[in-house]
Amino acid sequence: MERIIEINHLQKSFGEIEVLKDINFSVSKGEVVCIIGSSGSGKSTLLRCLNLLEIPSSGEVVYHGQNILEQNMSNAVYRAKMGMVFQQFNLFNNLNVLDNCVIGQVKVLKKNTASAKKTAMDYLELVGMSQFINAKPHQISGGQKQRVAIARALSMEPEALLFDEPTSALDPEMVGEVLKVMKNLAKSGLTMLIVTHEMAFARDVANRVVFMDSGVIVEDDVPDVVFNNPSNERTRTFLKRILEN
Amino acid sequence: MAVDANSGFITWVLYILQSYWPLFLRGAQVTLIISLSGTIIGFFIGVLIGIIRTIPVDHNTNLFKRIVLKIIDYILLCYIEVFRGTPMMVQAMVIFYGSAMVYGIRMPPIFAGVFIVSINTGAYMAEIVRGGIISIDKGQFEAAHAIGMTHAQTMISIVLPQAIRNILPALSNEFVINIKDTSVLNVIGVTELYFQSNSAAGNNFRYFEVFLITCTIYFIMTFTVTRILRYFETKLEGPSVYTIHGSQTVPEAEIKISKRE
Repeated sequence: MERIIEINHLQKSFGEIEVLKDINFSVSKGEVVCIIGSSGSGKSTLLRCLNLLEIPSSGEVVYHGQNILEQNMSNAVYRAKMGMVFQQFNLFNNLNVLDNCVIGQVKVLKKNTASAKKTAMDYLELVGMSQFINAKPHQISGGQKQRVAIARALSMEPEALLFDEPTSALDPEMVGEVLKVMKNLAKSGLTMLIVTHEMAFARDVANRVVFMDSGVIVEDDVPDVVFNNPSNERTRTFLKRILEN
Repeated sequence: MAVDANSGFITWVLYILQSYWPLFLRGAQVTLIISLSGTIIGFFIGVLIGIIRTIPVDHNTNLFKRIVLKIIDYILLCYIEVFRGTPMMVQAMVIFYGSAMVYGIRMPPIFAGVFIVSINTGAYMAEIVRGGIISIDKGQFEAAHAIGMTHAQTMISIVLPQAIRNILPALSNEFVINIKDTSVLNVIGVTELYFQSNSAAGNNFRYFEVFLITCTIYFIMTFTVTRILRYFETKLEGPSVYTIHGSQTVPEAEIKISKRE
């Protein structure tokens, strides 16, 4: 399968603290990879490094054979190919739902407004938010915001979509609607990288599950192996703790 | 109307109003022109500096750009500190007479007035705008960067509309201050309200009566401007029209949908 991103010897420090230590990892087209692990294990930082929201301290991020950390590629071009969905939604507060999905297409992809609106409407339809196009972000619920955020990322027609704990800031009753949308996306063959605490979802949807602990990848295998027969003691302890709750 | 030294206070006020109203009117006009254009130009200076001073530097920024940004940042900081740290009256003297003596430029007083008020306001607005930009949630920048928008695009389409909305009260405050502070421009011969009042008072030595009128005119101007800008501030919030359904962040479980633009 065609590799979209490959990470070689990635290392990231914030001052003295080393958050990611020698990460090697790759994502192929159509894969759904769930990254699990306790808080502070470096999952979010890894994801943010993939979108260059954090700049790795050393190592390579290879995108279709090209190291994007070299200066010959603009961050903006690369970022447009990697959609990102944030824990805190981060919808543009000054724009309504439709314009949130249109602005990137017009400004970055240089599409005309009419076709951008059409694309945006298609994806808003997909996430079930097409009747709210004129609402401002502060007028809709958390689950609805997150669905709009997913539509906004999809409107850019990215090669892969990165989810940074998309349901962690939601009320329990709203988690379902977002996961349902993500499940449908996974089925449609979209390449997805999901940092999550939803173990049932990971088991159900992922092709691969990556378990991280203290800045290293401890386990990287199909869900069945990671959840039922993990090779590492740390994974077993983590899963036991999670399942007990 | 005849007045003499024995005439009462009211008689004097009416007499002054009657004889000097064109003077007051012209003065108020000049005051408004200088303070309005000074505030607007100063605001744009502030926005420009605010954008420049928040340009991010990352691993893709080459050394040359880093150095240039550093130098520009330093110059802008000097500008802000100097103009915030010295009285506008003194700046007016230095710039007006300095440009004439050193460079031989004789600026028309009104032009000099607008120029001085603009750069003075710019220095204050730069910090206000920067504060407004910093106060915008980091997530807004990240989301814009994540879809591939450049710093300029992020600023113009996402951050500034929100930041400017937040700093509008500070902007109207600046405008009111400018209406009052243009009075110091009389030192370089700008014929604004204070200058005109002084001429009126000099004719009959009725300083109290004249400046009471001046005071009232200043107050009417500032009060009107404050009310007008307050009106726009509330307008920008967007009217709430009807309730649709529950929200998770607002305990009152009300969601307000604004009218379709």
